[in-house]
Amino acid sequence: MMFIDSHAHMLSRTTDDYEAMAAAGVVAVIEPAFWLGQPRTHVATYIDYLSSIVGFERFRAGQFGIRHYCTIGLNSKEANNPELAEGVMEILPRFALKEGVVAIGEIGYDDQTELEDKYFRLQIDLALEVELPVMVHTPHRDKKKGTSRSMDVCEEHGIDPSMVVIDHNNEETVREVLDRGYWAAFSIYPSTKMGSARMVELLKEYGPERIIIDSACDWGISEPLGVAKTAMLAAQKGIEEEAIRLVCYQNALDAYGQSGQMKEEDWLNPPAIDQRTVYEGNSILRGQREPVVEKLKSKHTLDNLIIE
Amino acid sequence: MAKWSLGFIMENTPLKILESWIFRQLPEAGSDWFRGQLDLLAKDDSTKVFYIAFGMIPRKLGKDDLALSADDLAEANAARKGWNPSNWSIDTAARIVILINLSNSQNASFAERFKDLHRTADVGELLALYSGLPLYASPETLVEQTALGLRTNIKAEFEAIAHRNSFPSEQFDENPWNNMVLKSLFIGVMLEPILGLNERANPELARILRDYAHERWAAERFVSPELWRCIGPYAEGVYLDDFQRVVDEGIDTEKKAVALALKTAPASERKEALHAQLSEYDAVIDSGELNWTAIADEMLDNSLAITRKMNFEVELTR
Repeated sequence: MMFIDSHAHMLSRTTDDYEAMAAAGVVAVIEPAFWLGQPRTHVATYIDYLSSIVGFERFRAGQFGIRHYCTIGLNSKEANNPELAEGVMEILPRFALKEGVVAIGEIGYDDQTELEDKYFRLQIDLALEVELPVMVHTPHRDKKKGTSRSMDVCEEHGIDPSMVVIDHNNEETVREVLDRGYWAAFSIYPSTKMGSARMVELLKEYGPERIIIDSACDWGISEPLGVAKTAMLAAQKGIEEEAIRLVCYQNALDAYGQSGQMKEEDWLNPPAIDQRTVYEGNSILRGQREPVVEKLKSKHTLDNLIIE
Repeated sequence: MAKWSLGFIMENTPLKILESWIFRQLPEAGSDWFRGQLDLLAKDDSTKVFYIAFGMIPRKLGKDDLALSADDLAEANAARKGWNPSNWSIDTAARIVILINLSNSQNASFAERFKDLHRTADVGELLALYSGLPLYASPETLVEQTALGLRTNIKAEFEAIAHRNSFPSEQFDENPWNNMVLKSLFIGVMLEPILGLNERANPELARILRDYAHERWAAERFVSPELWRCIGPYAEGVYLDDFQRVVDEGIDTEKKAVALALKTAPASERKEALHAQLSEYDAVIDSGELNWTAIADEMLDNSLAITRKMNFEVELTR
């Protein structure tokens, strides 16, 4: 089965992870612009970061036969540094049109401050202007209220819910998000966000419509096989194959494909120029050399499916 | 139309040729959009207008390969010696058209704009910036930025500078030139598509490459057969020891490469002795069947075996 991990901070991950993901069936990843753990203090470092996710990281992923996309935005944590935030806002339009940018994101609230609110709203307007979907990061703290508020603001600014993915949902937030017509994404992230076994229960309750599973793997203790493992666990627990395909592949493609920057042909039948430059493609299908993934024994294996 | 203009034949510049290729290939909607952008930029090529056009090109025109015949490529080379757009896609070509226009209108400040574009470029944009180098006005102002571009980790970006591009051989001093050739070998970029390899051969490069070959041999790694081409014109003394080693221990492609390199070596008794050992290749070399392109073809045909021998995690491409 093919998977899309629609939330993966690959810049923080190793080549082992890329190999393991490719071996597990991940064909595409979306790298949302985010906070690097250490706050940036200069707009120039932010520019170079955005250049990395539209440039080198795309190339790096391509070496493993994985198509790399990204979202561009000012994250909620760093929105609280107005000097940095102003500079970033100025350059965002320039990055929003780069190849493979599938959304404005991840944006939204962290502590739900006034500055976070200001830049969240400005970036929704930018998304409307450049006709891109929005990826919303919902806060870890005061999550339920923050999630409702995020959707209120989206509606105030007149963006269609079908153009908005609300990410990092849990049992407490999912009902409202689906009822209001948004895409509901779940990050299978150990300890803090969603676990794979809980996710399977949610699928049983809510079905696959508008639900997206991602890993949100980053520089923290996280799991780049979150999507693939959850898919396998779901299959073992009797979830239908088509439902798994929707939540681990098709829904992400439908949501972020609205950007016009992400198509199934990108990995099934890529343009010649891309094959020569940024995407080595499926070397098994092309028969040019032995697949790198085959010889690898990564510490990330599919043997243990439970992510706590 | 004034009568005199009927008989006035414009020389076909690369810009005009490139535009004609783009417009004959584009569907009407793409054509109209691109013509509109060209008109807009002719009136106002300020930063904002330019960045929007530059960014939107692949979205509006697609990324198909530029469809070129052998005659087209001959026309390109006639209009600008060494210009080889055979690997360009339509978005690359269109971006280069607006870059050429910008370089003509901005003159010296184009270098600043070039640098700024590079600062936030995605991979497709990088390829366009560098592939167009031979066609911009005042190329000498872009040398420093281009040499910096060679430090990239993105192989496609490196190849946009190094392959089928006359800029490096025309503009680089010996140091960046030599670094480019050495890094090519180091990262698994083929030498054959580099323009000016024979003309820019130099003794320092021969020494650097010999040291590199010995490092590889010390680590029991394969040495690219293409390396000997740059050593050929200086192949005396210790260099001939290396040639002998390849003759004694190398695979067929390596021996062919040494036979070719030896043709350019200064006359010496040892050269003749080596030549005698490689005489089986004389006929195919004299007929033109065995040349550096044939060596590259052999390497590519045997890509898996060669890349394994070379310990690269990359596929050879050209």
